[in-house]
Amino acid sequence: MSNLASALNGASFNGLAKVDEVGLVGMITLRGDLGSAKVAAAVKAATGCAMPQQRKIEGTLAAGAAWMSPDELLVLVPYAEVNAKLDAMNAELAGEHALAVNVSDARAVFRVSGAASREVMGKVAPVDFSAAEFAAGDFRRSRLAQVAGAFWMDSEDSFTIVCFRSAADYVFGLLSVASNPQSGVGVY
Amino acid sequence: MSTRLASQGRLIDRSKTIEFTFNGKRMTGHAGDTLASALLANDQMMMGRSFKYHRPRGVVASGSEEPNALMGLGTGDRFEPNQRATTTELFSGLSAQSQNHWPNLEFDVLAINNKLGRFLTAGFYYKMFIHPKPFWKHIYEPIIRRSAGLGKAPDKELKDADTYEHFYFFCDVLVAGGGVAGLQAAKAAAASGAKVLLMEQNAHWGGRAPVDGGTIDGLSPDAWIEKTLAELAEMDNVTMRSRSMVSGVYDHGYALGYERLNDHEPGNGAPRHRLWRIRASQIVTATGAIERPLSFSGNDVPGVMLAAAMRDYVVNWGVTPGQKVIVVTNNDDAYRTALVLHEAGVEVVRVLDARSAGGGALMEEVRQKGIRVECGRAIAKVKSGKRVTKVSICAQSGVGGAQEEVSCDAVAMSGGWSPVVHLWSHCGGKLIWDEAAAHFRPDADRPPLGDNGQGFVVPAGSANGPMGLGDVLADASAAGAAAAEAAGFSAVKTAAPEVSVQDELPLEPVWLMPAQAEVSLRMKSWLDYQNDVKVTDVQLAAREGYESVEHTKRYTTLGMATDQGKLSNINGLAMLADSLGASIPEVGTTTFRPPYHPISMGAIAGEARGKIFQPIRKTPMHDWHEANGAEFEPVGHWRRPYAFVRSGESTHDAVMREVSNTRERLGLLDASTLGKLIVKGPDAGKFLDMMYTNMMSTLKIGKCRYGLMCSENGFLIDDGVVARIDDDTWLCHTTTGGAERIHGHMEEWLQTEWWDWNVYVANVTEQYAQVAVVGPNARKVLEKLNAQAGGGMDLSAEALPFMEWRDGKIGSFDCRAYRISFSGELSYEIAVPASQGRAFWDALIEAGQEFGVMPYGTECLHIMRAEKGFIMIGDETDGTVIPQDLNMQWAISKKKEDFLGKRAHTRSHMADPERWKLVGLETVDGSVLPDGAYALGEGVNANGQKNMIGRVTSTYHSPTLGRGIAMGLVKHGPDRMGDVIEFPGTDGKVYKAKIVDPVFYDKEGAKQNV
Amino acid sequence: MLILECPYCGVKAEETELAAGGEAHLKRFGPGSSDDEFHDYLFMRENPKGVHFERWRHANGCGKWFHAARCTTTLEVFGTYSAQTLEPPKELLDKISEKRPGWTWRDLG
Repeated sequence: MSNLASALNGASFNGLAKVDEVGLVGMITLRGDLGSAKVAAAVKAATGCAMPQQRKIEGTLAAGAAWMSPDELLVLVPYAEVNAKLDAMNAELAGEHALAVNVSDARAVFRVSGAASREVMGKVAPVDFSAAEFAAGDFRRSRLAQVAGAFWMDSEDSFTIVCFRSAADYVFGLLSVASNPQSGVGVY
Repeated sequence: MSTRLASQGRLIDRSKTIEFTFNGKRMTGHAGDTLASALLANDQMMMGRSFKYHRPRGVVASGSEEPNALMGLGTGDRFEPNQRATTTELFSGLSAQSQNHWPNLEFDVLAINNKLGRFLTAGFYYKMFIHPKPFWKHIYEPIIRRSAGLGKAPDKELKDADTYEHFYFFCDVLVAGGGVAGLQAAKAAAASGAKVLLMEQNAHWGGRAPVDGGTIDGLSPDAWIEKTLAELAEMDNVTMRSRSMVSGVYDHGYALGYERLNDHEPGNGAPRHRLWRIRASQIVTATGAIERPLSFSGNDVPGVMLAAAMRDYVVNWGVTPGQKVIVVTNNDDAYRTALVLHEAGVEVVRVLDARSAGGGALMEEVRQKGIRVECGRAIAKVKSGKRVTKVSICAQSGVGGAQEEVSCDAVAMSGGWSPVVHLWSHCGGKLIWDEAAAHFRPDADRPPLGDNGQGFVVPAGSANGPMGLGDVLADASAAGAAAAEAAGFSAVKTAAPEVSVQDELPLEPVWLMPAQAEVSLRMKSWLDYQNDVKVTDVQLAAREGYESVEHTKRYTTLGMATDQGKLSNINGLAMLADSLGASIPEVGTTTFRPPYHPISMGAIAGEARGKIFQPIRKTPMHDWHEANGAEFEPVGHWRRPYAFVRSGESTHDAVMREVSNTRERLGLLDASTLGKLIVKGPDAGKFLDMMYTNMMSTLKIGKCRYGLMCSENGFLIDDGVVARIDDDTWLCHTTTGGAERIHGHMEEWLQTEWWDWNVYVANVTEQYAQVAVVGPNARKVLEKLNAQAGGGMDLSAEALPFMEWRDGKIGSFDCRAYRISFSGELSYEIAVPASQGRAFWDALIEAGQEFGVMPYGTECLHIMRAEKGFIMIGDETDGTVIPQDLNMQWAISKKKEDFLGKRAHTRSHMADPERWKLVGLETVDGSVLPDGAYALGEGVNANGQKNMIGRVTSTYHSPTLGRGIAMGLVKHGPDRMGDVIEFPGTDGKVYKAKIVDPVFYDKEGAKQNV
Repeated sequence: MLILECPYCGVKAEETELAAGGEAHLKRFGPGSSDDEFHDYLFMRENPKGVHFERWRHANGCGKWFHAARCTTTLEVFGTYSAQTLEPPKELLDKISEKRPGWTWRDLG
């Protein structure tokens, strides 16, 4: 495994919020009929999670499933197990029109944590991050300033953010600048 | 003189003295001062010179409407021109410079323009600088450029020292303006439970109510404001921001808030400005009203000021602009200024009320103080100079004869009040002319409409027309409740506060003072201070036929300065209406556009500067490239190495070396940026047959095929190698930068046309790092990796033939290897998981040493593909080129009934034999053709221009052939092999080139297929 | 800056999340069509002052294409609906008729 490197080798920044590159996460893009029992069973087998509702995430970074669109899920598994999980999933989906593909290496993952994490996110995405509108379990695809990204809250003061690997440097810079310790907004 | 008073000054802290400089001169002020109030306290009445005539100018207003007191603020990397002294909070070390003068404020050379004023009328530049034509470029423009411009631009070598940011915020009700109306509206809206954001442009809350007096619910305005602020602060659903201006209202409830975090303490580490990008269900505009100047001769002499502004300086900052003041008015409100000045011990020489019957209770109160009030009287002129010394008084009716001269050192003028309707109007809210109040106010029946078709802006308080304190608060209460209701909440009945305030008599509109002022007076009566537009300019425009207010605006520049005519527009259009013999509502207003007040460029850019100005996409090997001499070129947002330059080499040398080395030994290309799309499903083959011009459904598993994509109108949009992975899965390579576009293109057809086809597409571009291992030694280096680490993939020509792919292990790396070649050499493109990309690259570099490995960049790639006659999307294609133009009929399936572009290729223009077609071009002398050069034909076209018969699409020096080679599109080109045609260059030379086959090198393809 | 509700993910998305895709409900003409049919399919577009049907994509979001019915003069959004349909839903047409009596668009209205 010494050949492995995440996009930024675990970079971190400590400011208004704490920004950490999480490292390699096993991720599978699963496209199919989300109402199908086979698809649900494949997700359950891989993650132990139920089918997520619209704009929701079930489970955790190590075993989770997030709603990407009406026919797409992001399946989260441990990085080391992604190929085995993918094979099992494909076996489960045999005969079903579906596409399961490993995208673990195509992504970079960040965590923004701390009391001001909602504010930091509010500087980069055109999304209402007030507690009434966005809470743990909510999942959203949007833009992070100039690039596409997806994010969810794992707890009351922590967001996980997924972007393309090539944009990792940009997104880390963006989140770090938004976390300037002097730049608290004070609204959440 | 203007001085600090012993009393008054509710906003300043006299215990705190602050030092600052103005034009290098040290001065002091107090905490709470604005730069304008501090300058006045230092008897600095003259604050700049005017734009066109360089006339001395002083401060006229006390807020963001100020047209004159513009300063260059700060120094070095914090210098910024055109900042208003009235909205600049004083801080220790502030450095301000006045503008528009040379050599200095007191003595200015261009003040000669003032004497030439009669020649510099509206449209002067248009009329004067037309003839003779060559004079414009060489004489007029350079001179005008030197003397024109407001303030001076910051040093272009310096970067702004500050940072900026955006912040997205969502609320039910946004209240713009934190005066008493805004506070009351916010309170009324918040009582319903709606989420309220309240923004106030100044550092202090409450607006001008504390200056104007009266009581609210039995409290002084200051006490009521404090109490209301405390109430709002208690509410969880209310967010309040001072120093934050709502600068614009846009479609569907979008608004921008401009928060100035540290302009009052620069360099404290915080972002300087924060741009709030607000989405509100409803917007309450409690933006107040602005007092209008009166148009009399010399109304721009320093010391002539708006009456309410003068009152503000006394009450808020304990400063009086003069010791002997004349008040001139057409309404009751200005009498409050006389009372405030009198109470502060300043002599009010006279109040001139243009109304023949004068005013009401306030006038009586003024008279009781022993102040002389004259009704039906006017200012004929203020004596010109660097400040007010003498005023001539006449009757308001008439031409300005029978003048009486009176000495004084300041004039307070009031022409009535105009509601600030900008935010209401930005997104289409309409106005009505209120004849009695002589102002435009929002027409409640025609608000700007939101996405649900309902109005989303509610004006409140004096921004809606009412000017009396009681009416203002009642209106604001109703507005707040109405906004909450419209946002979907049940408004709670909030009683409007009880007020006590002096009743006022109506104003009498005065658009010119005196009413029939003769021309010598009118030509010194200013409408727009900042752009130096006078009454006579608008009258001239009307005489010259400018009837539309929008045209008059542009012809005279009225209202086009940085204040956007906050003081001048109503007076100007009233003057235009008068000149045209039309009514004011017939003439109408010009368009109100955001921002309300200039906002910084930094705030607009937000965080997008420096390293995060734009996303730079990086491959997993980017750091290696950077450390090994790569010169990068942008390809979309990607940065790809153009060449790896060694010390002592030029870029050109490096490219030549890379080509030769790859052809002779071994080259590595980082090809990770190529798009990779997985297309899967029972209908995937059928779908790809529609997407590509070639047949993809018949491709055998394990094989690759080069494919072309056209748009529905037939033009080439992309190309790449497609690999059949299994029965119902294909992998499509796209061009670099094409991945997202082609992914979107496929999704568009799948979602919107063939939604019943069972196909899924996934973009896996970044899952893989891809390396092209190219050259005669390519197989050797890979086999060495296998020998070292026991990888099992058989890379022999038999096991992995040209145009096939295999999954397996090379060395210790799981990979997919494609035998494809864009260079004409033996070539493997090897994809490994991105997280192993760097390790794979390192392993190849290390193992390749004995085989002469060198990385190569995009320019080497281009030369090698051009030597082979391979086209490049974006070079040989430009959105108007079809495959047939490139002689690529071989890639167009004739068996398929349909594919995107097929029908278009049969259109008459597409099938025209006259279309330019791809050929190779060889210069006669071996030099390199200029890129993009056009070939000349015989004769001229209908416009008398020389006929063109072709153009260069790619051109390089080929080190392999030792000469310039090029590709181009030429009329009848393939039929003209051997002909020499001429390409005039922009360098004056004419390049001669022979038409040849575009494949320059290894025509048989022997080298790649070994 | 417009907001449109994406019918697939339920987000009331602002314009920066969206990409405009031109006129809705075009009928594709391919090989075998006449020159006029193909020309009209490629180039002729409605340019109404009032009710209009458009295609949009939730590009910085779920990635799905959808349809929107909108007034080009007031920017009122009458509704958004699935891309997988050849014509607007009846309820939407009724709603538009209520708000804009006498409206027409191509052969609708």
